[in-house]
Amino acid sequence: MAQTAEKAKSRKKKGATSFDKETYLKWYETMLRIRRFEERTLMAYGQQKVRGFCHVYIGQEAIAAGMVSAIRPEDAIATAYRQHGIAISRGISTKEAMAELFGKATGVVKGKGGSMHFFSREHRFFGGNGIVGAQIPIGTGIAFAEKYKGTDNLCVTMFGDGAARQGALYESFNMAMTWKLPVLYICENNQYAMGTSVERTSNVKDLYKIGSAFDMPSEAVDGMRPEEVHDALTRAAEHIRAGNGPYYLEIKTYRYKGHSVSDPAKYRTKEELQEYKDQDPVKMTEAKILEDKIATKEEIDAIKDAIKKEIEEAVKFAEESPLPDASELYTDNYLQEDYPFLT
Amino acid sequence: MAREIALRDALREGMSEEMRRDENVFLMGEEVAEYNGAYKVSKGMLDEFGERRVIDTPISELGFAGIGVGAAMNGLRPIIEFMTWNFAVLAFDQIVNNAAKTLSQSAGEFSCPIVFRGPSGAAGQLAQQHSQTFESWMANTPGLKVISCIDPYDMKGLIKSAIRDNDPVCMMESEIMYGHKGEVPEEEYLVPIGVAAVRRQGTDVTLVSYNKQVLTCLEAAKELEKEGISAEVIDLRTIRPMDHYTILESVKKTNRIVVVDEAWPFAGISAEVAYNVQKFAFDYLDAPVIRVNSADTSLPYAEPFVNAYLPNPEKIIKAVKEVTYMKA
Repeated sequence: MAQTAEKAKSRKKKGATSFDKETYLKWYETMLRIRRFEERTLMAYGQQKVRGFCHVYIGQEAIAAGMVSAIRPEDAIATAYRQHGIAISRGISTKEAMAELFGKATGVVKGKGGSMHFFSREHRFFGGNGIVGAQIPIGTGIAFAEKYKGTDNLCVTMFGDGAARQGALYESFNMAMTWKLPVLYICENNQYAMGTSVERTSNVKDLYKIGSAFDMPSEAVDGMRPEEVHDALTRAAEHIRAGNGPYYLEIKTYRYKGHSVSDPAKYRTKEELQEYKDQDPVKMTEAKILEDKIATKEEIDAIKDAIKKEIEEAVKFAEESPLPDASELYTDNYLQEDYPFLT
Repeated sequence: MAREIALRDALREGMSEEMRRDENVFLMGEEVAEYNGAYKVSKGMLDEFGERRVIDTPISELGFAGIGVGAAMNGLRPIIEFMTWNFAVLAFDQIVNNAAKTLSQSAGEFSCPIVFRGPSGAAGQLAQQHSQTFESWMANTPGLKVISCIDPYDMKGLIKSAIRDNDPVCMMESEIMYGHKGEVPEEEYLVPIGVAAVRRQGTDVTLVSYNKQVLTCLEAAKELEKEGISAEVIDLRTIRPMDHYTILESVKKTNRIVVVDEAWPFAGISAEVAYNVQKFAFDYLDAPVIRVNSADTSLPYAEPFVNAYLPNPEKIIKAVKEVTYMKA
């Protein structure tokens, strides 16, 4: 963390004011929307309206925010099961997202995926993968297809610090570099693979160094700052779009909650959690906007009010939506319309 | 005009025709390009289609299967070759958890039109790790289709159907049958997925099989003919979805059935066929359904083990005599 913090400091000096008002407000709005959505998700889970495995993004919002401004809507995303925040930041509505968590027919995938599996062709969101690390080769393949078709789109392929130790990463990094595929790998290092810390499972603690074994340009990024995330992704995207092949960012972040809703997170200290809450991306960005007079308190309050209303409407929409019909069990298994299921 | 060509040539013709027809089709796998294929199935394809579309991979089955899945989700139609399905075990996460689930978990937002192919089954003294069959493993999973066949005519038509199919398809071939010859016309044709073929007409007993054991059944049927037993031989060709109709129609005629399945007996294709026959043709059966499988063991190396392990004509004849209540 030391190296990243130092880097963050120097960058702050250099270019802290280089982003315009629109960008700051977009970041703030994106982060606040995710934060409020996730808080409401936890409440609904407590009320047993959301079931199954559920992993929230609270604490990691600056990554989603920085990505919104740094990449294009045509770029693809593949990520893991802690995906609500990224999906919403890409344009999946909070209504469709909440309805999916409630298992309703109006959900983004009609109640078929739940918390771990959102997908949207329109928003080029390729999931939502529930197998740790499985999206690493898939994202690499999405990038392969972009290169094959001759576009200059890239695929952002996101994974956690736990997935960084899957063999799928090694295989994908090697092929992506060998074939110079347009893929931006992002390790969201929230420092715990479920309850097991990076320290306890990895000989190399700085996970960005894994890239060096493949000669892949790699760097560590402070994931509590949308400015840092934006800058790093912009550098990476330029490199990739120039045809130079993949780029790897280890974005250091922290999840305030447990691995999933059923995890009390007893494996870490209150002090450690507090250290990150002290640099909370939503609060820090709000403070910066006000201190630097990027926008007025009234403008910030208007965003807060609008998001509060939006999330309440999303919950109402989810609650009032119908459950899927059980006959939908047999749809979307095969595209072949007359597939002879055994009954 | 029909000519005699080998299975490997039929597969290559099928793939090449589809690659000429559709720019989005590509072939990826170990040794498929410069080496011309470990079993020469893709011989010459690099020369015709270039390295953009015929791609040598490192030995990374999980990785390149996943790259195939991602490419399929993003609009391409990959053919992923495994040097053998034994190695595809490393890629099962991508086949079972991803290719098979993409359509369902995305509620139809994304599909996965991909072909995974390679040889399956025993091929001589290759010992435990290189002799397994995988039809029942893959066919157990909803979302996948499974083809297993060695007939050159059928496999050319089936691989073309598989490449055009919008669902993920697993194709099981056979190392020792790539040189197996059959008549294949010059003209283009397709063979539909999900339809069995009656290889030999008969009236006394139905033999149901797939892949190279169909040839063992035909050999057994010839011997049985000498003893006055007329055996009908059905080649499933597709394992999932299975053509139960053709099996049931045959059993209604012969009233006896032996399932010959190179896979292990436990929870496999033979059990699936037997279940359906007892369920839907119970009143037509004059004897219990009998199956001939490989032994319920791993396959060791030395020569005597191979014959003891695999189905052969003698074992099939013995089973037929059991269902016809004749002395062996």
